[in-house]
Amino acid sequence: MPAVKLEGLAVRYTIQINGKAREVDADPQMPLLWVLRDLLDMKGTKFGCGRSFCGACTVHLNGAPTRSCVTPVSAVGSASITTIEAMAGTPTGRAVQRAWLALDVVQCGYCQAGQIMSASALLAKNPKPSDTDIDKAMSGNICRCATYTRIRAAIKQAAGMPSADSRDTLV
Amino acid sequence: MMRAKDTLASGAAASGKEAAAKDESRRAFLRAGVAVGGGLLLDFSLPGVLNARANASSSPSTLNALVQIANDGAVTIISKNPEIGQGIKTMLPMLIAEELDVDWADVHIEQALSDPAKYGVQFAGGSRATPLNWEALRRVGAAGRQMLMSAAAMSWSVPVSECETASGKVVHVPTKRSLSYGRLASRAATLPAPDLAQVPLKDPKNFKIIGKSHPGIDSPRVVAGEPLFGIDVSVPGMLQAVFVKSPVFGGTVRGANLDVIKSQPGVRDAFIVGGGPVFNGLAGGVAIVGTNWWLLDKARESLEVTWDEGATASQSTEGFAKQADALSSQAPATKVASDGDVASALGSSVRTLQAAYSYPFLSHATLEPQNCTAHFHDGKVEIWAPTQNPDSGRKIVAKTLGLNDADITIHMIRCGGGFGRRLMNDYMVEAAWISKQAGAPVKLLWNRQDDMQHDFYRPAGFHFFKAGLDAGGKLQAFSDHFVSFGENGKAAPSADMNAAEFPAKFVPHLELGISLMPLGVPTGPLRAPGSNALAFVFQSFIDEIAHAAAADPLQYRIDLLGERRQVGAFDTGRMIDVLALVREKSGWGKRTPPKGSGMGVAFYYSHLGYFAEVVHATVGAGGKITVDKVWVAGGVGSQIINPTGAENQVQGAALDGIGEALGQAITLKNGRVVQSNFNDFLLLRMNQAPPVEVHFLKTEHPPTGLGEPALPPVIPALCNALFAATGVRIRSLPIDPKLFA
Repeated sequence: MPAVKLEGLAVRYTIQINGKAREVDADPQMPLLWVLRDLLDMKGTKFGCGRSFCGACTVHLNGAPTRSCVTPVSAVGSASITTIEAMAGTPTGRAVQRAWLALDVVQCGYCQAGQIMSASALLAKNPKPSDTDIDKAMSGNICRCATYTRIRAAIKQAAGMPSADSRDTLV
Repeated sequence: MMRAKDTLASGAAASGKEAAAKDESRRAFLRAGVAVGGGLLLDFSLPGVLNARANASSSPSTLNALVQIANDGAVTIISKNPEIGQGIKTMLPMLIAEELDVDWADVHIEQALSDPAKYGVQFAGGSRATPLNWEALRRVGAAGRQMLMSAAAMSWSVPVSECETASGKVVHVPTKRSLSYGRLASRAATLPAPDLAQVPLKDPKNFKIIGKSHPGIDSPRVVAGEPLFGIDVSVPGMLQAVFVKSPVFGGTVRGANLDVIKSQPGVRDAFIVGGGPVFNGLAGGVAIVGTNWWLLDKARESLEVTWDEGATASQSTEGFAKQADALSSQAPATKVASDGDVASALGSSVRTLQAAYSYPFLSHATLEPQNCTAHFHDGKVEIWAPTQNPDSGRKIVAKTLGLNDADITIHMIRCGGGFGRRLMNDYMVEAAWISKQAGAPVKLLWNRQDDMQHDFYRPAGFHFFKAGLDAGGKLQAFSDHFVSFGENGKAAPSADMNAAEFPAKFVPHLELGISLMPLGVPTGPLRAPGSNALAFVFQSFIDEIAHAAAADPLQYRIDLLGERRQVGAFDTGRMIDVLALVREKSGWGKRTPPKGSGMGVAFYYSHLGYFAEVVHATVGAGGKITVDKVWVAGGVGSQIINPTGAENQVQGAALDGIGEALGQAITLKNGRVVQSNFNDFLLLRMNQAPPVEVHFLKTEHPPTGLGEPALPPVIPALCNALFAATGVRIRSLPIDPKLFA
């Protein structure tokens, strides 16, 4: 695949995205988010805040959830990048997507790619997360529609756990 | 072209011979025709467009298809309203499919273009889609079914009365013969459409689609990361744009270092836009156009603009609070409601209360920043917009660019959140203008700071209450002096209060009045406009009154509502019933919350919905607030159309309100918004979100909408819970944890 060129100061980078080596010519400061969206036309990763506050741009870097909006392309190196577009190709990603659909989590859907990336990274490391684990792993991802109740339940469903909220003692 | 194109209606009109049926009583059109490629096309438009095109009814181009059945049996239903996360693209077709009597799995849904002449009103606002379409769209489906039955009856030479339908087939009952809709579609399309008012509708007990949960039809594409949103749109030859507006609202450009900007990497052009003072129109600013958005956003760092900031530069949140205080000592400029004699009733009251409440400006903060793609060429403009109100945008674009409505094509793209922000189309006119000037298709994208600092804010407000109780604790006198925003006796958008605000008509001596302060900041509807603020102040002060009366706050509200009756549009019985339901479900009065915890209740009627909510909250060390749980009881009529969507909306609305109460304020300094991103304007996060238990009370009333009415009561219910937990009364939002420390 030919390299995608960016005007101005551009350096050639070969980055590993979803199992493929991709060449891009980009400003070293250019965030991975915009490399994905505008140079590689991978629109699944979303722009929300540009400053790592909302998590809409979450991708995996060597499996770790990472805010691509503040990750310069020059910092990526040879790390393996996984985006929402490749989630259906991993067992955990597939389980998370299925649970998201089964529980009808989505409202507007804009944050959900980032939510799914954070959730799948959590489950890959911690297959049976507690509610506290979920709070910790997911509180960097804002859902403006506030679908948190269902996100929590869907993570548990993907983990094969009962979806009841252990924090809810007032039943 | 974005892949989402395949979900956009092509707008292909019926090409075959058309037969029209006009229903004067319902003021609606139904038209059948042969679809391109054969099949049944059912055309319908909602009330409101008939007058405009009564003389043009012979022209097929003024009508539109909502239902198509291909000869192979594939059913296509067009969803006419914008999708903003409220689930309408799924829900409206459910109404049609139910009465058409097809299986949901066989239905393909397409998003309509914006075309009011074809589709009637197309907007997402006011929780209106359910009440406006509940009956109308079912009749569209039922009419289609009638035509298919007639076609079958003709094929078999039997009376229609001997025919029935089931799952996309017409069945001749006596002989058990059947024909699929696909085989009947061509013939059915040649038949005159039946009278919409006369088509039989199903008995709700026979519903197969309505009342069953149907997940969002685009959700598989959402979770796969497919390009569905406005920000994902790409058209051939497209440039990108940023638009830098005055940090002071209404400011205009005197000059800018355009030459410096034009020399930045990736910049093709930079120019000044001389916009006017109308907020929901073209603002003044500097447009930077180029090949890569990130480079343009970076080029902004070198931009130097001399602004003519205008008069708003003197306005600030602090100044408004001082003005409001000063105004509170005077009589309200305008009386909104007046019953009895408040002054003397207060004088004779055994117990009086007085309290000042306030709440801040709020931003909508849709997670997808405002954006729009526009292509101006040959005196026409094609627009791809995440918008809640496309036709309003068309009017603004037409006026600003000197075009006719017909020259403007608007694709309604899925919105990454609406909340009322995208009822305004300022970004749409900006994109159209910049495309025209740039001579290319342009995608305009705001960054987060643009978005937060150029909103149509939920207006702040100040309320000065008084109340008087008799010896039995009964509310005798009630007054509110609402200091709001506006000029010349006209409140700013979403800054008004009307005469029906509860407890008006429920207290013998009552006065509601308004004074207005001039405001240079754009305001507009935020989810449950008006109600999202008024519920907080009124339901909190009523809680103060209940406590002053040493009464149970929930029972006190039921007693205040009194007899089951209709008071204007408000049905007291429906509210009493949801209060009773939430009392039962939450264990109100039966639980003993531990020390530091408490339960609060509130109710509110808005958008035709009756909602009573209870919050259980805890205040810990250092004033740390934990919302433990929310119980919602809602009354929205006889039928929950799509239960999974309904519950999701209600949970989201309740959590949205909690987020507003806990962390959100837009403050103004020197006419500028101070906040710029999610580090200083706090949206609710996972670790703050409590479980929300939702209960619907079914009644005999027609179904009403759910996007908004669950939000307003949760804020006062939370504040009332915090009072129960700590004895500290929250009279200003957002809640200041220091009050508990």
